[in-house]
Amino acid sequence: MSQEIKQNNIAFVIGASSVGTLIEWYDFYIFGMLATIISKQFFPADAGTAALLSTLAIFAAGFIVRPFGALVFGRLGDLIGRKHTFLLTLIIMGGSTFAIGLVPGYATIGWAAPILVLILRLLQGLALGGEYGGAATYVAEHAPAGQRGFWTSWIQTTATLGLFLALGIIILVRTNQGVEKFSAEWGGWRYPFWISILLVGVSVLIRMRMSESPMFSKLKSEGKTSANPLKESFGNKANFKMVLLALFGAVMGQGVVWYTGQFYAQSFIETVCKVEFVQSRNIMLIAILMATPCFVLFGWLSDKVGRKWIMLIGMLAAVLTYRPIYKEFINITSAANRTKIVDARLTSTMTGFPIFDAKDKTKMYIKQEADTTYYDGSVFKYYRTDTIILKAPREEARPITLINPDMIQYSSPKPNLVVEKTLGHAAYWDMIWLVFIQIVYVTMVYGPIAAFLVEMFPTKIRYTSMSLPYHIGNGVFGGLVPFLGTLIVEFTKNSAHPAGDSLAGLWYPIGVASVCFIIGLIYLTNKIDKNVMD
Amino acid sequence: MNTIKKLLGYVWMLIAPSIILFLVYEAYDKISKATAALQSNVILQWVIILLIFTPICVGFFIFGTYASKGEYDHLPASSAEIE
Repeated sequence: MSQEIKQNNIAFVIGASSVGTLIEWYDFYIFGMLATIISKQFFPADAGTAALLSTLAIFAAGFIVRPFGALVFGRLGDLIGRKHTFLLTLIIMGGSTFAIGLVPGYATIGWAAPILVLILRLLQGLALGGEYGGAATYVAEHAPAGQRGFWTSWIQTTATLGLFLALGIIILVRTNQGVEKFSAEWGGWRYPFWISILLVGVSVLIRMRMSESPMFSKLKSEGKTSANPLKESFGNKANFKMVLLALFGAVMGQGVVWYTGQFYAQSFIETVCKVEFVQSRNIMLIAILMATPCFVLFGWLSDKVGRKWIMLIGMLAAVLTYRPIYKEFINITSAANRTKIVDARLTSTMTGFPIFDAKDKTKMYIKQEADTTYYDGSVFKYYRTDTIILKAPREEARPITLINPDMIQYSSPKPNLVVEKTLGHAAYWDMIWLVFIQIVYVTMVYGPIAAFLVEMFPTKIRYTSMSLPYHIGNGVFGGLVPFLGTLIVEFTKNSAHPAGDSLAGLWYPIGVASVCFIIGLIYLTNKIDKNVMD
Repeated sequence: MNTIKKLLGYVWMLIAPSIILFLVYEAYDKISKATAALQSNVILQWVIILLIFTPICVGFFIFGTYASKGEYDHLPASSAEIE
């Protein structure tokens, strides 16, 4: 065994596995990062919230299908081997991502657009369902005993680094192109999808040079591989009860903590706190970059003190501090907590200009913009759009100055108000630290989880057995955090509180993590399995 | 500790169907309150939620059953105990 490990340079194994997994995460995340633009491109223009929710549903569908990918590819991985299976998942993921970038918008092909995107999204989810379990198993089966947490933690960094890469590329393209070009039907938002094919090509070449896992090769040479991994994983009560324990005692809590810290936080900062697009993403990028080494730290620490307590402390900390953290997000970005600079050159520079509706000739909009500058360096921009309905269609050549009040049927009583906040230095860094804290929780629950799962199951059904709870926990419980969080906030909206309770969405991750913490505390052991060759 | 594990098993067995009932009630409530324009979207959302969480709740109920029967009193020390 040790001879085989020497032959397969562990650093190469980690590098080659991690690059592929990182790219799969990148592919998976760019869809989520661009959800707002995608909802506009692939759904009817006037669908509003319905379009966003439908997109989130598609986004969620990508997560929900992951357990099925875990079953399909997990079975393959236990039958034909780890290497070829996760090579296949990489190709499916890359192909689907590239194809999403080629689908014309709703304006061009109608409802075929969202249907095609949904199919491709499902393929992405299936591929990811097969990828992670393979990579984690592959690395763990190469890792020396006593260092499994440390080595598999490198695979754990890829999910966060994939998010980092996705955010980075989106910001780069958007900054270079400008908002209008970026958001057009064939605009820059498609580039991150197209770039994927290059990244996947490189990764496939690297992975083709890898050899099969030594433990799987040994089982195969001895004819001891599983004939029916699904039956042995879930039909065998002794194994099935461990699958359930892994799901309810560790992975479901880990999943919600992960997706709250990395996705819900971003969505909250952008849609509730109204922080400007690039700045909100920079907050995430810096926090992620600062916290990423903690994956390796907690992976290494789990080899010394065990996996259980690190994961549970991360979960408990999240349960106890999520609401204070998100409340602080609101305080930091609130106009009420800062002092305006009363200077005519900086504040209240409001201009109104009319725009006629391109299709409806009786409709026109008055758009106004007001900037408010604060002493802490923050600038809040307010965009107000009033809709005016004319009594008769406007004449093509009529100048705006010739439209007088008699011609107006009515003005929209409810103007559309949009706020965009650019935070000053101190507030910006306060936001970064608050996201950083949440990502440290993520590293605590996620850093040791691959080693924890690998040690729970036997080699011959490991890929299948660990993939299913992992992807139910992350894909379903975790992946639905943004969707269910948004939905819960919607439920709290009423005529007395039209904005609803913006913190209500947190009850979902807090509830799931609390139950998981109790189950983990009572039922899990802290033992490290030294021998995963059996 | 084993007694707590078993007793909590009954709690999980109670929580699992309660979650399903709660979700069905919420689905009925939200769908009936939805405006005509949004109804299909609301139905879709709740169908997704129910389809996903019902099997998970069934799994949670099975977990509770195992726990109440003392299946988790001793966790396997090696793969031989699982196979």
